[in-house]
Amino acid sequence: MQYIRAHVLICAGTGCTASGSKKLEAALHEELVKKGLDKEIKIVETGCHGFCEAGPLVIIYPEGTFYVRVKEEDVPELVESHLYKGRVVERLLYKEPVTHESVPNYNELGFYKKQRRMVLGNCGHINPEIIGDYIANGGYEALAKVLTSMSSGAVVNEIKQAGLRGRGGGGFPTGMKWEFTQKATGDKKYVVCNADEGDPGAFMDRSILEGDPHRVIEGMTVCGYAIGADEGYLYVRAEYPLAIKRLTIAIAQAEELGLLGENIFNSGFNFHLKIKEGAGAFVCGEETALLASIEGKRGMPRPRPPFPAISGLWGKPTNINNVETFANIPQIINNGAAWYAAIGTEKSKGTKVFALTGRINHTGLAEVPMGITMREIIFDIGGGIPDGKNFKAVQIGGPSGGCLPKELLDLPVDYDSLVQVGAMMGSGGLVVMDETTCMVDLAKFFLAFTQSESCGKCTPCREGTMRMLEILTRITDGEGKVGDIELLEELARNIKNTALCGLGQTAPNPVLSTLRYFRQEYETHINEKRCPAGVCSALTGYKITDKCIGCGLCKKTCPAEVISGELKGRHTIDQEKCIKCGDCAAKCPLKAIIKG
Amino acid sequence: MKTIEDLKRMREQFQAENSIRQTGGIQVIVGMGTCGIAAGAREVMTAILGEIARRNLKNVTVRQTGCIGMCEQEVLVDVVRPGEPRITYGKVTVASVPKIIGEHVVNGRIIEDLVVGKIAD
Repeated sequence: MQYIRAHVLICAGTGCTASGSKKLEAALHEELVKKGLDKEIKIVETGCHGFCEAGPLVIIYPEGTFYVRVKEEDVPELVESHLYKGRVVERLLYKEPVTHESVPNYNELGFYKKQRRMVLGNCGHINPEIIGDYIANGGYEALAKVLTSMSSGAVVNEIKQAGLRGRGGGGFPTGMKWEFTQKATGDKKYVVCNADEGDPGAFMDRSILEGDPHRVIEGMTVCGYAIGADEGYLYVRAEYPLAIKRLTIAIAQAEELGLLGENIFNSGFNFHLKIKEGAGAFVCGEETALLASIEGKRGMPRPRPPFPAISGLWGKPTNINNVETFANIPQIINNGAAWYAAIGTEKSKGTKVFALTGRINHTGLAEVPMGITMREIIFDIGGGIPDGKNFKAVQIGGPSGGCLPKELLDLPVDYDSLVQVGAMMGSGGLVVMDETTCMVDLAKFFLAFTQSESCGKCTPCREGTMRMLEILTRITDGEGKVGDIELLEELARNIKNTALCGLGQTAPNPVLSTLRYFRQEYETHINEKRCPAGVCSALTGYKITDKCIGCGLCKKTCPAEVISGELKGRHTIDQEKCIKCGDCAAKCPLKAIIKG
Repeated sequence: MKTIEDLKRMREQFQAENSIRQTGGIQVIVGMGTCGIAAGAREVMTAILGEIARRNLKNVTVRQTGCIGMCEQEVLVDVVRPGEPRITYGKVTVASVPKIIGEHVVNGRIIEDLVVGKIAD
């Protein structure tokens, strides 16, 4: 047997793979072979660390050195210096943005300091394709515990006591949902995992499935025991091929060890898991549409009640939870409800994973205790806004959520506080925006998304969102009319009250929340025909200020030839004919051409 | 796998495989400065890895370090047992490796005639 003296952990999450971690791994392997070190050093592929912005990420043990943005060409130095001679490669360490100090160790990074990584605890630290890595960290002990020493009622009770609420959006108490399904009568019951994560900017479920698939499988199996189901489905969107691949491997490994299948832990309990790939419809994230899709029908919602707990998949009682919800289950069983309930706020327990995207320094995944403020998430963990720009708003909860302005940065984040201010937790996507974002344009973007994803079954959603989108398009095109805002509000209210499913009921939220906090911007668009952020091209023109020295560069650059002026004299743009391409502003050596 | 004991056994087995990702345990540190490498540090390192594998030792990590200035005494190998002073052995050869591993790493007996330095923590 060969003694392995070092482990090189390479992130093989989707983010790091996109930034080249596969090539890096191949180059590293080749270099190790070349230097004769391949027998004593092991390369370990891991899931996502959440610090995607700095990928590809590499951690080398036993030292635990954390390297960022490692490229193929860095491999020879990394091998020669670190792995052969034991010298840290200083230039590949992460540097804190403010102090510019190198941070050699993972836990000392500002990005991780305020986080509490429980659900993501294994992500990036284990190989998701090896069940042993999960077991080494206590995996499947929760399943063993419930099957050998707990009644199904006790399991449900534990989850209820823990205060866990659904992480997919609505925040319904998980324990109550389990209880409904447990008490429902039926010879056959199902467990379904909703992994149809479709919100723009949300990728926490994908990272959990890719980085720690067994945690979700274990959570689902515990649920199966609690509610009396012997079969489960993972509904994963087809756009997540890596998650599907890792889940497929994980299910096969769990079956091989007898952790899935017949008579698990000699308890007489059987549980089988299947994967169902989605086909790209956003609405299939809605539970009744999702169930229809598994049944092979067109993915359209149906009115509730009956709720899936009573009549779900093929008419049988079905418990459906989100990926992150199931991923919370093993730790609750292992550590107890009281331990879990001590984390978070009074009505929102535990942690929540947020996906940080948009105009933020540290794009990535952050897991924080409920009740932390938005400011801490965006500025302390996320590293603030790049390029010295100012924070303007944060969009939370995807197309169903809302935009929060800077006045609400100190709001403690939990389910109820977010609903109070007109947003919602949703799946936890956080899109950060700076001063260069137009809120009307943003509302239009989200509404265009829900409009095109509307399944068309109910009129309020199909027609209502279309009319709202028309009004928003009109406003951003500079043809807004007095009364448009009121009409938008009326339509929004009606859609909210009458749409069939969650998609329609929440579709107006981005419009309503931007109207609530940024009404002035709508009014400026309509009354002054001006876009303050300079985004809506129909409302944005270029002006030459008196800083102009008459060099004539803009005149030469203009593709429409609409700039006139004498050499050494101030130039002017013919606003009627200007095509607003911005080339002149980019060329001007004195920055004398401004937008607005 | 049918019992909790099966799961525990498997957990221990996999934990041992990943133990170098945990802190703690005994450290063996080889001086891999230019001087050390010239004096044969790489060969000593290979011998140490071989010896650890042969004895199937758990909870031992092998690290490298740079030159500490005693170039004349290279190859330098340090052994750190948790809670004990860091012992530096000088002029280590492939031949002395089994002795260092067997006596000090396994049994905690310092081989005084090879010691060139002690650093208490």
